[in-house]
Amino acid sequence: MWREAALVAGKDLRVEWRSRVVLNQVVPFSVVVLLLFGFALDPDRGFLRQAAPGLYWIAVLLSAMVVVQRSFAVETADGGRDALRATGLDPAALFLGKAAATAAVLVALEIVLAVGVSLLYGVDLTRGLPLLVVSGLLATIGLVAPGMIYGALASGLRVRETLLPLLFLPAVAPVMIGATRAFEAALRQPPSMGEGWRWCGLLGVFAAIYTALGLLIFEPLLEDS
Amino acid sequence: MTTNSPSPPGEATVDPRPAPGHTGSRFTRVLGGIVIAGLAVQLLLALVISPRDVVQGDLTRIMYVHVPSAIAAYLAFGVTALGSAVYLWKRSQFWDLAAAASAEIGVLFTAMTLITGSLWGRSTWGTYWVWDARLTSTALLLILFIGYLAVRNIPAERHVRSRRAAIAGLVAFVDVPIVHYSVDWWRSLHQPATLTKLDPEIDGLMLFTLVFSIVVFQALFLWLAVHRFRAEYLAEQLDAEGLEDALAERRAEAHTPAAPTAPTPSAPVAPRSDEDAVPVVSAAPGEGSRS
Repeated sequence: MWREAALVAGKDLRVEWRSRVVLNQVVPFSVVVLLLFGFALDPDRGFLRQAAPGLYWIAVLLSAMVVVQRSFAVETADGGRDALRATGLDPAALFLGKAAATAAVLVALEIVLAVGVSLLYGVDLTRGLPLLVVSGLLATIGLVAPGMIYGALASGLRVRETLLPLLFLPAVAPVMIGATRAFEAALRQPPSMGEGWRWCGLLGVFAAIYTALGLLIFEPLLEDS
Repeated sequence: MTTNSPSPPGEATVDPRPAPGHTGSRFTRVLGGIVIAGLAVQLLLALVISPRDVVQGDLTRIMYVHVPSAIAAYLAFGVTALGSAVYLWKRSQFWDLAAAASAEIGVLFTAMTLITGSLWGRSTWGTYWVWDARLTSTALLLILFIGYLAVRNIPAERHVRSRRAAIAGLVAFVDVPIVHYSVDWWRSLHQPATLTKLDPEIDGLMLFTLVFSIVVFQALFLWLAVHRFRAEYLAEQLDAEGLEDALAERRAEAHTPAAPTAPTPSAPVAPRSDEDAVPVVSAAPGEGSRS
């Protein structure tokens, strides 16, 4: 199964590498979101720095949605969904592979956004760095796993662009809460690491539950197309 | 245009028996009578007979709608989750429709819970909305199941729609406790729980009114859900009949040498001129089909 998952992940990353859609479109999009927050909240009063954890994760959430949509747009074109099923790959491996590729792309986006937040909002990210990294990675899995489930659920439908945000965004509310609180704890002066690690626990549980759900549910999800 | 493609193996087929033209039966009429009488008694109990609360005064009477709605909503979403699970396992049309009908009524009751809760909050806290843990997670619950209903209405073939809706229903149900727990934790770090717990020393008549209201609302849920279930069932029957009629008509045309409209073999299924043909539209191959 792991070898099959690696195959799928490699395919998705190769598609991305050749098309460069994320680099050319999603990265600029997420930077624009950071700028928009600057327009919405007065940059001179320190609002941006105070709200930085929340704004960062909203930017990540919106980018994640675009990346998930992209990950399944690749499969829908030219009957890719059926072709993928015809390969006889284990659906669980398919889920893992696509999730891994999407997570890799999302981590890259998160790094760009983190640099953006530290430059544009003047946030010092070296404080509580281990907590930032661990909670960021757990939150990434927590976004990607439900993203794959709902992405597959909406794929191939005429209403997929509007259906995905409706299903995906409320479902990942716990990730938004947990990741924002963990970042806040890490960036506080002085950092309250204990509280931050507790939020990491929530993020970990969420990621584990949705990964297990994805492994179980991908088979009936792909069956029907 | 392919001819009558057989439904995939294991899929539920629509009952070929002729359907009645309405959703009522003796059972629903009796149940409906009981529900309406029960609601009248509930109104009397809640507004007139039960005493005012020592602290909250008349405001406490909103509890007789708020708590039963919340319990009915949980019951409804429980039925939806159960129906979704059984559908994925047995592919039975009954459980698919039960999940759908139950979710609709559940959304209605969740909205009622939110509205009565925020009305109560307006008088108690002075504002319609506070970021109370229960209020916030109830709002998310409402949106999660509105999402489920959106999946129920996707334009696709019936078995595609049913399966994806079942998965969405199950995932939403799994998500509910996590959402509830995380919101609870998030708010309790900042402030103690704001909603007062049910007073254990509640007045006997008030307790009776509350329990009575809860029972009446569960019966109301059942009554509405049975009607919704039958309406959905009839809609599916009509869909299937529309497809059968259209196929029969195309076959008849193939045997007529000089049809007045001379349809080409690749022409899509056109609705008949009378209004019975409307369901053909939804029975035509969707994106999910490989015709």
